Amino acid sequence: MNKNSALRYITILIVLGLGCLYALPNLYPTQPAVQIAYTDSGKSADQSLLDEAEAILDNQASGYQDIFLRDNKIVVKFNTLDQQLEAKTALQNTLLDKVIIALNLEPTTPQWLKDLGGSPVKLGLDLSGGVHFLLEVDIDTALQARLEVLLDNYRKSFREDKLRVANSSVKDLALVFEFKDTESYNNALRAYRNDSIGINGGIQYIITERPSRKTLLLEYSDVAIKEIRDYAVGQNLTTLRNRVNELGVSEPVVQRQGANRIVVQLPGVQDPTAAKKIIGKTANLEFRLEANARTSPLRKEEFNFKDNEYRTAFLERAVVVTGDRVTNANTGFDESGFSQVNITLDMQGGRAMQKATSGNIGRGLGVLFVEQKSKSELVTDEFGNKVIEQTSYIEKNIISLATIQAVLGTSFRITGVGSPQEASELALLLRAGALAAPMKFVEERTVGPSLGKENIELGMTSILIGFSLVILFMALYYRVFGLAANISLVINLVLITGIMSLLGASLTLPGIAGIVLTVGMAVDANVLIFSRIREELKNKDPQSAIHDGFSRAFVTIFDANVTTLIAALILYVIGTGPIKGFAITLSIGIVTSMFTAIMCTRAMVNLIYGNKNIKELKI
Amino acid sequence: MNKKIPFMKYRKVAAIVSAVLFSISVLSLSFKGLSLGLDFSGGTLIEVTYEEPVELESIRNILIENDYEDSQVVNFGSNLDVLIKVADQNGNSSIGENIFNLLNDSGLNGELKRVEFVGPQVGSELRDQGGLGMLVALFMILMYVAFRFQYKFALGAVSALGHDVVIILGFFSIFAWDFDLTVLAALLAVIGYSLNDTIVVSDRIRENFRSERTLGPQEMIDLSLNQTLGRTIVTSLTTLLVLFALYIFGGELIKGFSLALILGVMVGTYSSIYVVANMLMSLSITQEDLAVPEPEGADFDELP
Repeated sequence: MNKNSALRYITILIVLGLGCLYALPNLYPTQPAVQIAYTDSGKSADQSLLDEAEAILDNQASGYQDIFLRDNKIVVKFNTLDQQLEAKTALQNTLLDKVIIALNLEPTTPQWLKDLGGSPVKLGLDLSGGVHFLLEVDIDTALQARLEVLLDNYRKSFREDKLRVANSSVKDLALVFEFKDTESYNNALRAYRNDSIGINGGIQYIITERPSRKTLLLEYSDVAIKEIRDYAVGQNLTTLRNRVNELGVSEPVVQRQGANRIVVQLPGVQDPTAAKKIIGKTANLEFRLEANARTSPLRKEEFNFKDNEYRTAFLERAVVVTGDRVTNANTGFDESGFSQVNITLDMQGGRAMQKATSGNIGRGLGVLFVEQKSKSELVTDEFGNKVIEQTSYIEKNIISLATIQAVLGTSFRITGVGSPQEASELALLLRAGALAAPMKFVEERTVGPSLGKENIELGMTSILIGFSLVILFMALYYRVFGLAANISLVINLVLITGIMSLLGASLTLPGIAGIVLTVGMAVDANVLIFSRIREELKNKDPQSAIHDGFSRAFVTIFDANVTTLIAALILYVIGTGPIKGFAITLSIGIVTSMFTAIMCTRAMVNLIYGNKNIKELKI
Repeated sequence: MNKKIPFMKYRKVAAIVSAVLFSISVLSLSFKGLSLGLDFSGGTLIEVTYEEPVELESIRNILIENDYEDSQVVNFGSNLDVLIKVADQNGNSSIGENIFNLLNDSGLNGELKRVEFVGPQVGSELRDQGGLGMLVALFMILMYVAFRFQYKFALGAVSALGHDVVIILGFFSIFAWDFDLTVLAALLAVIGYSLNDTIVVSDRIRENFRSERTLGPQEMIDLSLNQTLGRTIVTSLTTLLVLFALYIFGGELIKGFSLALILGVMVGTYSSIYVVANMLMSLSITQEDLAVPEPEGADFDELP
């Protein structure tokens, strides 16, 4: 009785082997490294860049361990932090802003382990240090912009069809057309109905008819809004990825969250202000001609300069090119050594620019920087409570006003842009492209590197102390059986580490707390079994007591753990960031502790007592 | 395990204790409310660490001079760490950096340990999500227990969980401890833990009802509670051991979390003994409620 079957041994050995294998990468230390990528995110690092970097390192740096290509980037590994910094400076000084260089720490996992998919546990931002941003895409503004384009198109087409329009505007995200006579109203309604069927057969617009006032309202349907939203969020994701790329972070995360939010995580970033400056430029650009004496007052607008609020200039209302036509922009120096920004547009943008500038040499060309800002005021709501109402508005400022020297095409340059630093900031903004819809920060969490380290230390200390206390208690209270439970507990920790590494789940501070809690609760299954065996001993011989103890306790253990698992899974679904980390370690811990208690402890107890004639069982 | 504690003899006393604790908690929650942490209230928080202790009053003055009137300045963990909380100002996300720069400009050069900004909308969403998650968790557990045991047990289990959650919330309300996302996570973990206990007790009651047919409900429940008492105490003890380790050595950031769990384990252990059993007694559980169902697959065996 109580012998281990071959199947049990095999299962335990396989699980234990895999657990150890995937927990193994965590034992290897990290080493300093730099990652080199082209500034132009469309371009992947290649052999020529690798050769160039190798030559620079051979000539100017005191040493490196390894250099190779990986995922569009070049990775150089070093033995010491000094070498890393020295090499970074040398590379940056020679390659200039052609490349972006990021410092990071590479795991030293051996190749054979990597081939098996082994990697160390990822650390969450609260442990590694870094910044977490949550941005919200303002869909209403995107809709508003589209409706304005639509308004223009309909005005034009109604004019061509000789419809008599009394009034037209965009109001509360609806297009409002008021007509002078019923015939125009009916014709327009027909035109609307024709247009409202989208390419894929879905309804694009919702038309509200008000025949008594000869007014038609046009709104986007939910399907169309969803399409616009998905497009805007997708476009912004791409733009953000490019901007984040500019920051030179080694493992950034840029992900959509929910309908209209985007999460940006930048591990290791120490200066949140700088990061925010680049990411948070919720900006668009507009190239417009400067108004001249012949421009009618209706066709021009006055704007402030961004760097000097007292300086203003008049620009034409018509937009020549918007920022999303910009494909590249970088800094350089003109003939007399002043900074300049070189701009490349796509074909469509180039054509528009050519058309606009051909008759206008000598006039000014302004670049407008469009920013989304918000203000709030105290208002009284319908229940008489004072509430803060937040309204967002758009601010447009001139960042550059230069004279057109020649007919411009797809590539041209802006001179007189100030210091090299100002030039590179302008280039960065131009290059990072435009956003399809403005965004604002709705959440930010920054953890300094020292706090991250402190959190790891505190977490590890509490795991160690809690673990030792439990081990000590179990050994004293249950003796031989306690020993088996303790070995199971160690196996449990190894398995949790292995599974975390394999899943690529991030370990967070609450995650560590989850492990600590698991350590405390994991013994529960063992305790259940042992106290059951104690009871059974009263009226059974030791061997049957062991057998029945295990099998009776199983049902209880199963029910108790499934319900805890339900709570953990709900936590995973509703939680964000660190809380998800807690839910993950807790769930993994529940599963592994069930396995170790039922399989491993049993196997050990069988090994010790199985198949023997025991008179007395000490438990 | 030969000791026999007549648990059910004191069930009226326990019911009164529970009712009093529960009512105090509900009263405090409805009149005083919870002191919501940044995650739920929205706003900005920064933590700065200095080489030597800094007068909090001087930081307060700097803040007030610069129109950050609605702010709290406290030491965090040690007197070298300063935690500054500023209420939300129209979703402005750069207050944290502004304040840090302000302090540096005033000659207080410290190291920025963390900045957290939660917009007002995100805060209220997290609040709703948290509450909803709690309700969903309770409901799913109710369903599972009803499916595995019987509805009287499910009612007992869920009232025990509700009892625990409300009392812990009551503690947080009365002592004005910060209630943030980690505490919410701890609450859900408490639900898991307390349930663990409840299931173990219920499981034994079910088993005894099926095997010991001579005893009445009260003796049966007493017997079951005594049989599981050893296990209940040992598990609570080991869990409390690690939680105290976490509370003492885990740092300031998870103090609230470990505190909620410590309370949860204590209240949860108590509730698995008294609330569930009390509930079963008042619902007058009988043998019939737990008649052994036909084993699954029995039909197949009888087929020719």
